[in-house]
Amino acid sequence: MTTEAGSETEVKEKAEKSPARLSQSEKDTSESQEVAATEGEAERQKEKEGKGISRYLPTWFKKQKSQSQTSPTKEVPSPEEASNQEEVPEVNGHPEEVEENEALSSPVQEQVEEKETESHSNASADTEPALETKVEEKSVEGVKAAGEGGAQEELPEKQQQQKEEAEVKERAEGTEGQTSIFQSPLRLVRKSRMKLVVCHVTLLDGSDFTCEVEKRAKGLFLFFKVCEHLNLLEKDYFGLTYMDHHEQKCWLDPTKEIKRQIRSNNWQFAFNVKFYPPDPSLLTEDITRYLLCLQLREDVASGRLPCSFVTHALLGSYTLQAEFGDYEPEQPRPLDYISQLSFAPNQSKEMEEKILELHKSHKGMTPAQADTQFLENAKKLSMYGVDLHHAKDSEGVDIMLGVCANGLLVFKDRLRINRFAWPKILKISYKRNNFYIKIRPGETEQFESTVGFKLQNHRSAKRLWKVCVENHSFFRLNAPEPPTTPRFLTLGSKFRYSGRTQTQTRLASTLIDRPAPAFERTSSKRISRSLDGAPMISITEASTTENGHEPHLELHSDSKVEEADSNPGRVEAPPAQSPMRVRVDNIYVRHSNLMLEDHDKTQEEVLKHQASVSELKRSFMEAPPPSPPQHNLWEKRITSSPATTPRVQQPTTTTEVEIEETVVVREISTKPVVPDEHAQGAKAEEAAQKKKMKQRESVSSESESEDEAEYHPNVSVSISHTQIPEEREEEEEEEEQEKLTEVSQTAQSVNPEEEKKEVEEATVTPGEAPNGPTQHAEADARPVAPVHEEEVPKVNGEATVVDARPQVICCSQPPVVKTEMVTISDTFAAQKTEIATKEVPIVHTETKTITYEAAQLDGSGDGEPGVLMTAQTITSESLCTTTTTHITKTLKGGLSETRIEKRIVITGDCDIDHDEALAQAIKEAKEQHPDMSVTRVVVHKETELAEEED
Amino acid sequence: MAGLMAGFGCYTHAIVREVPTSLAKEALRTSQAEVDSTKAQKEHDAYVHVLRTTLGLEIVELPVDETLPDSVFVEDAAVVCGDTALITRPGAESRRRETEAMKGALKDLNLNIVEMIDENATLDGGDVLFTGREFFVGLSKRTNQRGAEILADAFKDYAVSTVPVVEGLHLKSFCSMGGPGLIIIGSSEPAQKALKIMQQMSDHRYDKLTVPDDLAANCIYMNLPNKGQVLLHCTEEEYPESVKVYDKLKDHMLIPVSNSEKVRVDGALTCCSVLINKKSNH
Repeated sequence: MTTEAGSETEVKEKAEKSPARLSQSEKDTSESQEVAATEGEAERQKEKEGKGISRYLPTWFKKQKSQSQTSPTKEVPSPEEASNQEEVPEVNGHPEEVEENEALSSPVQEQVEEKETESHSNASADTEPALETKVEEKSVEGVKAAGEGGAQEELPEKQQQQKEEAEVKERAEGTEGQTSIFQSPLRLVRKSRMKLVVCHVTLLDGSDFTCEVEKRAKGLFLFFKVCEHLNLLEKDYFGLTYMDHHEQKCWLDPTKEIKRQIRSNNWQFAFNVKFYPPDPSLLTEDITRYLLCLQLREDVASGRLPCSFVTHALLGSYTLQAEFGDYEPEQPRPLDYISQLSFAPNQSKEMEEKILELHKSHKGMTPAQADTQFLENAKKLSMYGVDLHHAKDSEGVDIMLGVCANGLLVFKDRLRINRFAWPKILKISYKRNNFYIKIRPGETEQFESTVGFKLQNHRSAKRLWKVCVENHSFFRLNAPEPPTTPRFLTLGSKFRYSGRTQTQTRLASTLIDRPAPAFERTSSKRISRSLDGAPMISITEASTTENGHEPHLELHSDSKVEEADSNPGRVEAPPAQSPMRVRVDNIYVRHSNLMLEDHDKTQEEVLKHQASVSELKRSFMEAPPPSPPQHNLWEKRITSSPATTPRVQQPTTTTEVEIEETVVVREISTKPVVPDEHAQGAKAEEAAQKKKMKQRESVSSESESEDEAEYHPNVSVSISHTQIPEEREEEEEEEEQEKLTEVSQTAQSVNPEEEKKEVEEATVTPGEAPNGPTQHAEADARPVAPVHEEEVPKVNGEATVVDARPQVICCSQPPVVKTEMVTISDTFAAQKTEIATKEVPIVHTETKTITYEAAQLDGSGDGEPGVLMTAQTITSESLCTTTTTHITKTLKGGLSETRIEKRIVITGDCDIDHDEALAQAIKEAKEQHPDMSVTRVVVHKETELAEEED
Repeated sequence: MAGLMAGFGCYTHAIVREVPTSLAKEALRTSQAEVDSTKAQKEHDAYVHVLRTTLGLEIVELPVDETLPDSVFVEDAAVVCGDTALITRPGAESRRRETEAMKGALKDLNLNIVEMIDENATLDGGDVLFTGREFFVGLSKRTNQRGAEILADAFKDYAVSTVPVVEGLHLKSFCSMGGPGLIIIGSSEPAQKALKIMQQMSDHRYDKLTVPDDLAANCIYMNLPNKGQVLLHCTEEEYPESVKVYDKLKDHMLIPVSNSEKVRVDGALTCCSVLINKKSNH
């Protein structure tokens, strides 16, 4: 196909350097650049950025069309994954020739699948890329050398990326950096081939904005389109809402596909203020203030923002001034148009007269000035920017929880009965329909306390939790928490605020250098002499000064980003460590299961699962005779546990074992971690209870399905000094992990987007292993390891036999596995080192046990022994054993039977189309393992309590 | 432009009420103290004199009512903020009728009247601390949650937070505002605890000035044209140590006002007047 451009590769590298975390920063920078650059230079930069992004974009599309995390992160990982995938084939080849055919076939299949997905997703490259991919596939098959195939694959990807980049460039010129940052350009191109959906967005002035988006477009794309339509640059204060199945207003997650969030086929949205700036005078542009005014007018008129009679009148008078200009005594019909406007829930003639009276006093005020005055008064209202949620306290008394810039407010009726400022809150979590905040101990108190509230259902608990996470991030952090950080959180969703913080958006605003855009006010048509064009704002100065302060903060974030960037290099190195990769893959598989639980991730997860399954197959194939060698390997690992390299060095045969091990490790690690972390112990317990699915990955992944999730606000915010080191460590670990994962990820190729999630998960394991060995865990791990080793060998032996490979796809929510996953992620954040050691032993148990154990472990502290026990139980209990287990079953007389049982747990808030996910999973499974037959599909549908809560 | 929450401490009018002779014997009190009716009368006259003559406020004097021994403490009968006046429902049943005269006077001043008619609600103005940005309502023997809710409904612009009052009659028995963002607080443990709660509940930061005597923490702050910041506080004879603390306020015009008799029936400085700003129309 097309030849690659040298520049492109460079770009790719850059992109790779910036991991998911970085991606955010990139966005920021890119946006800021965009903003700043009114002219050619800026455009160029944008183009570059866009190119880089576009390259990434293709990958994810290819792998998994999916889901959601922040586009940038996903994008970044994708290239890496691609490389990894390529590498993977090699690994397969290296491993013993037991079943070369199968191994080869599986990679090829994967590739094909990926390609197919790519072709679908990538509009720009569509025709050519698809052809390319096919060609590549053919070549790969012929060669049978996985490595070669990989290289080929890379080429096509690059080509596609190039194409996309070109497109991006074109569009970047037209639209602004915003679009370029996102995928908008690409999508536009795709329109012709992609399914388009018409979105209706209700704007703040009540008008309806209609636009077409690709069916798989993410929330951000639509949001940018709306902002573009509005000519809005300071868009970070705004967001899109939709009504969920229960008529609840939800924020559209910009990082996730719209389709997966909204109620089936109801593409109806509203553009709203998401973060009410505490000081609107610091906004840079009048148009931003105007939009904020529109929102507040609605808030006031609807009663959401309560205010007194006098305030209603005052605000109404400013609205009149802004919309109609000076009061004109000659116009005898003031009351006519006034009563057409809604100023208050109970608007009386008396109020209208008062409004007119006050309107007279605003003579000479420009619309912009009137808006400013409006905001200056509105911002002082006690409920300004407070997002209220119904709840009950511990005694069942009805209360309201209000989330705002400063923290969390507790209202009983209209009274404020408590207040938790962000700095006072150590952790925010939810479990089922319970919402918890852990409070920093007061001066005189020794222990932190946890306050719990009951929400109506688990969805509202999650919604509240997300709002808290976002508000805290936006108003308290200098930069959003890097995606990797989620490890800090014990259980639950990895959801984080993905946009810019107030600090960042203010800084970006200072770079806005465009003439004040002319915009039409709702009723400005009627105003003959209104001064819309001449907004004069002294605010700009103030904003700039503030911005000046902020840069420092941002720089910090940048530095972090850079660190993350370094990862790519590392990633490249890992390829040599094929065994490591294998392990990672296994881990992924399980993770993917967990992921499946998440609503959003379902499809992606499925893909991942499939990929992982194929990897497992390969590993089995490759895997040599079971026990003896494995023991050695285990020992090595135990001793050398810390470094990933040692693992890599291990023979490929081990891979299978390793895989299992890794899984276990994670579990184990998680268990210890949980106790260590502040409240995590409790959480872990909860998780154990929940075991089922919600907690596991879904939570960690971003998920929406999760029952539980934790968020430690302080860490990122004020604690940054102390905590920063930890974070960095984690990041580093993560990076390492990422490398490993990437290498191993052959199967993982699935979704770049998901990669973040995966990476996190995957990272966890690697990080644990490395850290653990080096630091503490070694001693502990060793003892544990032996036990596991014994078990492992058996598994390997079983694996060797590969005959029939029925895949059982179960859509159910088995309690066990998922829970474990969650715990693991927690551990990473808190106690990486310890975990690593523990992980090794865990491996044995891994398969089934994990889930139960994790829960139990939480309580105990060291769950290793418990883990093993649980594993047994789990296996028996659950109809569908964990992937690992199934593999083991292969032993049968002289005939080798490879049995791959896939368990796909789909947990959803109703957002997920279970049937669709299942169908896709089955389809993919077939594709991945053409030589195998699907013997059984068990659909186990469980309605969890959480859902019932609805 | 008078905006929201502008002009804290700006007053033009003060509503007061004469001391009934029944106060000495019949006024409610938490202690068994004896009150010198004549002396109380004198103190009150001096108090009103300061408001009228020294500070130039327009005084609205409600007619004396001997059947209402506590009626001199007009603060409990109404809460006025901006153009809105909430007629309370005093916690002590014997004081409920005090609101009648108050309501009439406030109506005459063209304030928006909100009445607390809920029979489950009680609220004494002495439990209401307005900081200029928000309300704190003490939940005391005289004020309950429902009363606070109605107050919150009457003043929708402002946050209304509740503070348990475990000791003392009213919230303002141990605290008051000494200026915008400055809370004068007594040094007793309950007072300090209440302050902490207020600080925790508030989005705003308040400076505090701690005085040794809880009762001395009740003072009257005003910000008057041509006068600047004015503070009416206790006298040296009553609370010498606390007066030393007040003396540190260099930016305030400090006016000691004697309150030795009314304090025996739990009356503090703020209790004896309702301050109104009629020029601060929006």
